[in-house]
Amino acid sequence: MSPLELVAENGLRAPDLTGDSPLAIRGMTVSYGDQPVVYSVDMTVRQGAMTAIIGPNGAGKSTLLKAALGIVAPLSGQVTVFGQGLDATRNRIAYVPQRASVDWDFPTRVSDVVMMGLYGQLGLLGRVRGLHRDRVQACLARVGMQDFGDRQIGQLSGGQQQRVFLARALAQGADLYLLDEPFAGVDAATERAIINVLHELRDEGKTVVAVHHDLSTVRSYFDDVFLINRRKMGEGPVEQAFTVPALQATYGGRLAEGQVAQLALDAG
Amino acid sequence: MGAEFVALSLPPILIGTLAALACALPGNFLVLRRQSLVGDAISHVVLPGIVVAFLVTGQVSAWPMMLGAAAAAVVSVALIEGIRRLGRVDAGAAMGVTFTAMFAFGVLLLEQSDTSGVHLDVEHALYGNLESLIWLDAVGWSSLLDPAALSGLPHELERMAIVFVLTLAFVVVLWRPLVLSTFDEGYARSLGLPVATLGLGLVIVAAITAVAAFDAVGSIIVIAMFICPPAAARLMTNQLVHQVLWSLVFAAISAVLGYVLAGYGPLWIGLPNTVSAAGMIATVSGLILAICAVAGPQRRA
Amino acid sequence: MLAEALLLQLGYNATLVTFGATALGVAAGATGAFLFLRKRSLVSDAVSHATLPGLALAFLIMVALGGEGRSLLGLMAGSALSAAAGLWCVSALSRHTRVPEDAAIGAVLSVFFGFGVVLLTVIQSVPLGRQAGLEGFLLGSTAGMLFADAVIIAVGGLAVLAAVLVLRRPLTVVAFDPGFGETQGLRVARIDAALMLLVMAVTVVGLKIVGLILIVAMLIIPAVTARFWTNQASSVVLLAGFFGGLAGYVGAATSAIAPDLPTGPIIVLTSFVLFALSMACAPERGVLAALLRHRRFERLVHLRQGLLAMAQGQHVYEARTRRLLRGQGFMRPDGVPTESGKGEAARVLRDEARWQVVRASAHLSELAVRDDGLTPTEDVLTADQIAEVDRRLGTPEAV
Repeated sequence: MSPLELVAENGLRAPDLTGDSPLAIRGMTVSYGDQPVVYSVDMTVRQGAMTAIIGPNGAGKSTLLKAALGIVAPLSGQVTVFGQGLDATRNRIAYVPQRASVDWDFPTRVSDVVMMGLYGQLGLLGRVRGLHRDRVQACLARVGMQDFGDRQIGQLSGGQQQRVFLARALAQGADLYLLDEPFAGVDAATERAIINVLHELRDEGKTVVAVHHDLSTVRSYFDDVFLINRRKMGEGPVEQAFTVPALQATYGGRLAEGQVAQLALDAG
Repeated sequence: MGAEFVALSLPPILIGTLAALACALPGNFLVLRRQSLVGDAISHVVLPGIVVAFLVTGQVSAWPMMLGAAAAAVVSVALIEGIRRLGRVDAGAAMGVTFTAMFAFGVLLLEQSDTSGVHLDVEHALYGNLESLIWLDAVGWSSLLDPAALSGLPHELERMAIVFVLTLAFVVVLWRPLVLSTFDEGYARSLGLPVATLGLGLVIVAAITAVAAFDAVGSIIVIAMFICPPAAARLMTNQLVHQVLWSLVFAAISAVLGYVLAGYGPLWIGLPNTVSAAGMIATVSGLILAICAVAGPQRRA
Repeated sequence: MLAEALLLQLGYNATLVTFGATALGVAAGATGAFLFLRKRSLVSDAVSHATLPGLALAFLIMVALGGEGRSLLGLMAGSALSAAAGLWCVSALSRHTRVPEDAAIGAVLSVFFGFGVVLLTVIQSVPLGRQAGLEGFLLGSTAGMLFADAVIIAVGGLAVLAAVLVLRRPLTVVAFDPGFGETQGLRVARIDAALMLLVMAVTVVGLKIVGLILIVAMLIIPAVTARFWTNQASSVVLLAGFFGGLAGYVGAATSAIAPDLPTGPIIVLTSFVLFALSMACAPERGVLAALLRHRRFERLVHLRQGLLAMAQGQHVYEARTRRLLRGQGFMRPDGVPTESGKGEAARVLRDEARWQVVRASAHLSELAVRDDGLTPTEDVLTADQIAEVDRRLGTPEAV
């Protein structure tokens, strides 16, 4: 096999055709200081699918997501969303940041946080009307938080905080949902509630991309996987790309033997 | 009594109150963004700004000095950011380096230049001269309706009123982006909000307020009002709108009560002279914070 | 004259003050280094501003007791007490309420200072008050200092320095790794308290020389300066002490020859010049070095990305990448790869492929963590390992 074929087969560089993919990334390199965190990554997300971004700690999963949204500036690379530039399509994207990234002591109520999802529609001074409040309430109900609207956000459990963040994203009414570790540190009930909502979204034809760290649930939760360890290590439908060799390449020696055996069994 | 109050006490009370309100308003966001000490840093660098302005123009007049102070504030913010980012130094230390060096430069410049004929010294920049802002044309409450007398009001009143309206407009119009970028910067960026520009805008508004206020009321009040009323208000409520309203109430109480205590308090306990109004206003705001820290309904996280 | 001053030929008092300022500078620099490493530099700002009411109250009390009110020791005692009160307020506010530490610092420094100003105006109205000269403590003044005061400053500076030396081990451990300190049986809370005591001591001794507004500079600037030159905690402390001592010495000696050159600002500005030079020129963490390094890094990334694209016959989109490729002679102005460009592209592609093999290989995958996208395999693998990788790749003639 020639180097070129080998590189191509491992999907190091996908063809230039990105079409109208909900999210297409080309040649993305991001560095903190002089250390590349994400290196030369290409990614093409499938419309209407749920994609998990997986990889070991510090592999650049969150950074990839943030760079795709322009939250951190990439060193090089291009992003298209539904075939257009990011600025033209911001209102079609909803981002759910990591729960730990904000100050939960901030003086605000649950319903105010969800209302932030409507700021795009409301503009600077647009009045909040009944229909907006109804929408906030509906989004809260969708994640099972309808009775918590008046709570101070600091009083919520970790799982409840995560649901509020999801409700805020729902309020945006976007077509592409990007979630950063939505299941990190949440209770089992919340995890079920969130995955149900995400599956509903997918069934409505929306596209969902989530940074995920629990390998045991990848198969049951997601349609596609994207493996990354600073570089892209694989991409595609779960049954094709979520394989033991691919995982071993992604995690190196960091994947315990037992885990590998279990995953191989699941794949069986 | 009425005539004396309107002529001697009403203008400083109004000016002090407007200055306190104008500082407390952006102060709410500074405190929530863990940038409380930006106000501290800006207030310190006002000194070199006014000294340079004096050396350039050769006179002590309001506008050149305010421009000089504003320029110094911009320089200091640029320096702090430069040191923080390029030198990879934490924000607190970067501020400490910048404002002490600039203040020292101002003091040295002041000592080296001939300011004997003019009223320009470090104490003035720190304490202001609230007590001297009197309304000579006033003969009583009726003067408030007399256009001729009104034109004799101290210019500081007009200036602080304009600055207060400006800060109010800034906070009201940009309320949603400010809240969003303060609470969840990553999410705000994902919506395409110019988060960095907003942050800079907030600091600039704080600088304008600090610069306008220092001449009338001195830097102590500026620092105290940026921080104490918002911090006390945070201990009263869990809702940002209510917090901002509480902070305005506390700022106004500090200004009025502080002025009255400084002007009349010593007489009540038999001391011959008044005491510094600027110092007393800061003290009252500190007492309010202390009370809220002990008894505020939302004092604990 | 300046040379004279720097060589300490200026009378007994000035020599003593210069000596004290140097010792204090060393102590302040080292103490500040610990503060800086704990990211609590600005706490010292609250401490120093909080001394003012204590100074004023001490004066009032000494006058009330029939004294003159100007005893430096008495004033220092008063300022220490109110600095302690200020410090207590900062920690009470930030620990027991929602008020964050930076807001607590700002609140305490402005309120204590404001109250101090109120007391200063009270002093103006009591007999002897006008001669108190307490304003001198705002910006420091060493002109016309009494011999006894000079001795206090020299002894005080030495005492603080000695205390820093005694406490340096536990302070270093706690500054760098509080968790490890606990396992070594150190009480972190107690050592933090000791650090705050040192900060207070520096402040109180330095009040007369530097003044309470600028004393924080002696605690902050030398530490930040030292950090540019080294990554090691113990060296930061040593260097900060050196820079602090140098600034203290230059400041005190300079102002001894020219009374209208105030000591405090000169010390601060000397520190700042040392800081600015260090920030610009320090070899590893300095700005110039970092800029050069970053530009080189960006170039490497763009070149490698561009060569990879070329190797696969793809169009190179980014203007900067194209410019770099042309600059290296890898690409013709019309975007077509040159012969040397093709050769280089093939080499880079082969390197990528080798990394692929390394990652997939059972016994080499440990080495794959060193792949940051820029390091050639030659730098990581031995010649034997490369030969093995190439064997697996096969067909080296394809390059």
